[in-house]
Amino acid sequence: MTNQVLDIAELHERILNGESNARSLVDAALNAAEELNPSLNAFLEIDRKGSQQRADQIDEAKESGALAGIPIAIKDNLCVRGLQTSCGSRILGDYHAPYDATVIERLLKAGAVIIGKTNCDEFAMGSSNENSAFGPVKNPWDLARVPGGSSGGSAAAVAAGIVPVALGSDTGGSVRQPASLCGVVGLKPTYGRNSRYGLVAFASSLDQVGVFGRRVRDVATVLGVIAGRDTHDATTADVPVPDYAAALSGDVKGLRIGFARALFGEGLDPEVRTAVMGALEIYREMGAELVEIELPNTKYAIAVYYIIATAEASSNLARFDGVRYGFRAEEADELRSMYRRTRDEGFGPEVKRRIMLGTYVLSAGYYDAYYRKAQQVRTLLREDFRRAFESCDAIITPTSPTPAFLIGEKTDDPLAMYLNDIYTVTANLVGVPGMNVPCGLSSNRLPIGFQLLGPYWSEPVLFWLGDAYERARPFTERPPIHA
Amino acid sequence: MPINESDIEKIAQLAHLEITREELLVFAPQIAEIVSYVEQLNEVDTSGVEPALGGLTPEGERTHSTREDVVTPSLGQQVALAEAPDPAFGYFRVPKVL
Repeated sequence: MTNQVLDIAELHERILNGESNARSLVDAALNAAEELNPSLNAFLEIDRKGSQQRADQIDEAKESGALAGIPIAIKDNLCVRGLQTSCGSRILGDYHAPYDATVIERLLKAGAVIIGKTNCDEFAMGSSNENSAFGPVKNPWDLARVPGGSSGGSAAAVAAGIVPVALGSDTGGSVRQPASLCGVVGLKPTYGRNSRYGLVAFASSLDQVGVFGRRVRDVATVLGVIAGRDTHDATTADVPVPDYAAALSGDVKGLRIGFARALFGEGLDPEVRTAVMGALEIYREMGAELVEIELPNTKYAIAVYYIIATAEASSNLARFDGVRYGFRAEEADELRSMYRRTRDEGFGPEVKRRIMLGTYVLSAGYYDAYYRKAQQVRTLLREDFRRAFESCDAIITPTSPTPAFLIGEKTDDPLAMYLNDIYTVTANLVGVPGMNVPCGLSSNRLPIGFQLLGPYWSEPVLFWLGDAYERARPFTERPPIHA
Repeated sequence: MPINESDIEKIAQLAHLEITREELLVFAPQIAEIVSYVEQLNEVDTSGVEPALGGLTPEGERTHSTREDVVTPSLGQQVALAEAPDPAFGYFRVPKVL
C-alpha cells in the first residue's frame, strides 16, 4: 500500500484513522522523486529535510486540514519561502524567495507538504520543456519524448506517481497541454479565480495558477483550497468559492455539451480525433445532449496570443536587469552594458525571441497594426464564446493536436512549436476555465486527452463532467516510469 | 514590409538585449516568419470593435480592489537586499551610469 493509487480523500481518511501518517506519505514521495529524477529531470529542487520536518509537525499536532500531510510539487515559477525560484532560467541565479505566494500560503495552511520545485520552460515560455536552462523534462511514458510544457515537471511528477497533485501555471495551455501529453488531469481556472501574487509574471492578463492531479476530485479539492479573493492581487474577483468536491454526482443527464466541427479538421492527429470523438459519444450515452456550435474566430487565436503574450512578456521581463536579484554579468563597467550583458547571458533563445517580438509589436508605428488589432480580435473571440455558451453548458475540444512528440523534433521551428497551443490559447484570451481529462492511449501507448471549456466561473460544471467521465471510463493505465 | 536584420538589431537595443551576429542570423528569419504569420489578423474586419483591455471577467471588473490606507508589515531592507548581486551600505549598487 502506497500513496500512489489512492486519491486525496482516501489518503486523508487513512491519516485521520491512524492507518497512515504525513511522514510516511512524504517519505514515499521523496524517495520516489529522488529515485526517478535522474531519468525524468522533473524536479529542480527536492526539499527532503524541510518537508520531513513539516510532516512531523503535522503528525504531532494532528492537523486535520483538507490537505493535511498530502505531498505536493510546485512549479519553479511560484515563490515558496526559503526554496529556490529559478523559472527554469539562469537569470535568477541562486534566487531564493523571501516570501510565499498566496496560493502557497493557502496550501500550507490546509496542511499540504511541499516536497520540491519542478522544472519548466524558461519563464513558462514553451510547449515542450526544452526551453529550460536546466535540461528538458522527459515524459514518463517514453523518455525520448517531451512531457509538454511549460509546466512539464509538475505533469511528469504526477503522471509518474511521485505526488498525487501539483501546481503549475497556464498562460496559453501550460497546464492543460502537458497534462494531456502525460495522461493526467490539468485545470486552468477562470481568470481571477486564483491569486497571482508570488507567481513570476509572464503575461499578466493571461497567467493563471493551475492544478494537476491524477483524479478530477483531487484537482477540485486543491482548487477549493487555493481559490478566492486576495488583496495582494487586484485581478482576483470577489466571487464565492463553492465546495467543488462535494458536488460531484456522476450524473450528467440534461447537460448540453458543445462541439465545433472546425476544430476536428486539418492538423489533428487521427488517433486524437477518434479518442476525443469517442469521449463525446460516451457523454451522449450517459445522457448529455450534444450541440453543434461555431467558434469562427478561433482560427486567429494563435496569432492574437503571440502578439498579446509577447507584448506583456517584454514589459514584465524588463525587471530582470541584474540589479535587485539574481544573476549579474561580470566585467561590465557601465550600467547599460551591464543590463545588456546580464540579459544576454541570463536569458535563453526562446525568451529573447519573445522579448524582441513583444518589443516590436509595441514599438512606435506598429502598436495599432499589431497590439491594438490583436486586442480587437480578442474581443471577437470573447463574443464567440459568449454566443456559444447560450446554447451549451460546456465545450469539448482536443487538448493537443498530437500525442507527445520527440525531444528535438520541433526545436528549430518556433512557429511549428507555437501551433501546438492551437486548442488551449483561446481559454486564456477569453478568460474562461479549461481542463484536460485523459481519455485513452495512442497505438504507441502515449496518452491522449480532451479539453472541457466552460463559461466564466463554471469550474463546478467542468469537475462534474470530468468526474462523470472518469467514473464511466477510468484511466487506470500507468506509464513505464512510475513509483 | 518584411522585418530585416537591422530591424532586429534596433529591437534588441530597445529591449536591452546584446545579441551576437550568430544569434541575429538565426533570429531574423524566425521573427520575420512569426510576424508574417500574425499578420493574418489583417483579414479580420475589426471596424467598430472595442479592443479588450486585459483579462478581467465581468465579475472581476466589478470587484473593488481598494483598501484602507494602513501600514502593514513588509519584507524590510535587510531581506529585500539579501538576494541582490551587489548590495552596499543598505542600497543596490550598480556600475557607473555615465
